This record gives sequence, structure tokens and C-alpha cells, in this order.
Amino acid sequence: MTGPIFIFLVLAAVAIAGAVSLILYRHPIHSALSLIVVMIALAGLYLLMGAEFVAAVQLIVYGGAIMVLFIFVIMLLNAGEEERTNFSTLATYGGVPLAFAIAGLIAAALSRAGTEALPAAAQGGAVSSTRSLSMLLFSEFVYPFELTSFLILVAILGAIVLAQREN
Amino acid sequence: MVPTNYYLILSAILFGLGIVAFVFKRNIITLFMAIELMLNAVNLAFVAFSQSLGKLDGEVFVLFVIIVAAAEAAVGLGIIILTARNRRSLNVERVDLLKL
Repeated sequence: MTGPIFIFLVLAAVAIAGAVSLILYRHPIHSALSLIVVMIALAGLYLLMGAEFVAAVQLIVYGGAIMVLFIFVIMLLNAGEEERTNFSTLATYGGVPLAFAIAGLIAAALSRAGTEALPAAAQGGAVSSTRSLSMLLFSEFVYPFELTSFLILVAILGAIVLAQREN
Repeated sequence: MVPTNYYLILSAILFGLGIVAFVFKRNIITLFMAIELMLNAVNLAFVAFSQSLGKLDGEVFVLFVIIVAAAEAAVGLGIIILTARNRRSLNVERVDLLKL
């Protein structure tokens, strides 16, 4: 087993374990911490693929900003353990087949594509440098990029309007 | 080098776990975290394809996904705070005003 594959398997195991513990923990703060573990493992995978900038953004924006926002809201609302209710049988009986159906669909698509269909590149840093990424972002994708700043502005306004106390 | 298919399989597994979490969890904040998990799984597939095809477009898409996720988290958590204030509960099954 070569080095990168070993690192991949370790990080993948950490990510899957984090995702499973997100489901198993009943307290939202534990789920949030599990999700942070998943995000850090994914940042490691991006580094392994040679996408340094995406890895850094993943850590700073996802693992930092967004998850801090989540934990802040959990603590603000003083969320306790989720109660076990069985109001909805539809979720139980429809959820399991749905999850398996989507997993089977993805597995079928992957197996049909075969292993040779995709070049096993993952060249460490050969493809993506931050320089060429930013050149692409600010030339070809400059209009979507500017639109996202507008989106963020609207989101900030929406959050303020939603969260303000009436009267 | 790690084959691209490994990344895609991991991405599919994480996405499936996100769906399971979304269906089975009852806390509205945890549901939101399940959505973030699915977005992360898709991001992984994007970066894997980007590296595999030798084009950077996928990584640009990942940046856009992260931006949209940030905006979504801001608005969504605002809605969650409002819901918790009005319904006095974080359980999604107690938010059933539109239910027949």
C-alpha cells in the first residue's frame, strides 16, 4: 500500500466515523463537533489532492465560520438532547428505502462508469495552484463571483430582519 | 496516487449518511448540519473530478458552493431562531401548523 492511499484511507475512515457519530449522538452540540471532524478530514483530503486553496477555505470558512455560527445558535437556544418522538411514521418507512435507493443509484452510476473512465490523476499540486485558480475565478467566473457578493449582502439583510425582536 | 473512484465512493457514502441524518434526526439544527454534510460530500466529488480531469473549474464551483452554504447558514439559522422562539421547541415534528 502506497503512502497516499494509506493517508486517504485514514482520512476517509475519520470522515465516515464523524458522519456516523453525527447521526448517533443525540445532543446537537456533539453532532456539531462530529461535523467539524468531518470537515477537517475533508480539508486533509483536499490537501492530499493538491487543492491547497480549497483546503484552506474549507478549514477557515466551513470549520471556522459556519460551524461557529452553528454552535453559537445551539448555545443561544440552549438546545438540549433531542426528544424521541414518533409522530411521523412516514419518515421511518419512507426514509430507509429512500436512503438505500439513492445509495444504490450512486453505486450503479459509479460501477457503470468503471475504473478506467476517469484518469487517476490527483497530481499533487500539479493542476491547481492558487494563482491559476484565482486567474480563473476573476476572469471567466467574474460575473458569478460578483453575484455571490450580492447574495451574501441579501443573506445578511435577511438574517438581521429574521432575527430581530418585534416591537 | 489515489484513484478518483475512491474519492467518488467516499463522497457517495458521506452523501448517503447525510440523507440518513436528515431523515432520522428530529432536532432542527441537526437537520441543518445534515444539509451541510451533504454539501461537503458534493464538494469532495467536485474537487476529485477537477483533479481527475485536470481542469480547475470544479474547484471554482466548490468556492461558490461554500459561499452559498455560508449565506444559507446565516438565513437558515435566523429562521431556526425565529421558529424556536415561536414554537418553544427545536423538534421539527412540533412545527406542524401546515399539517392536515
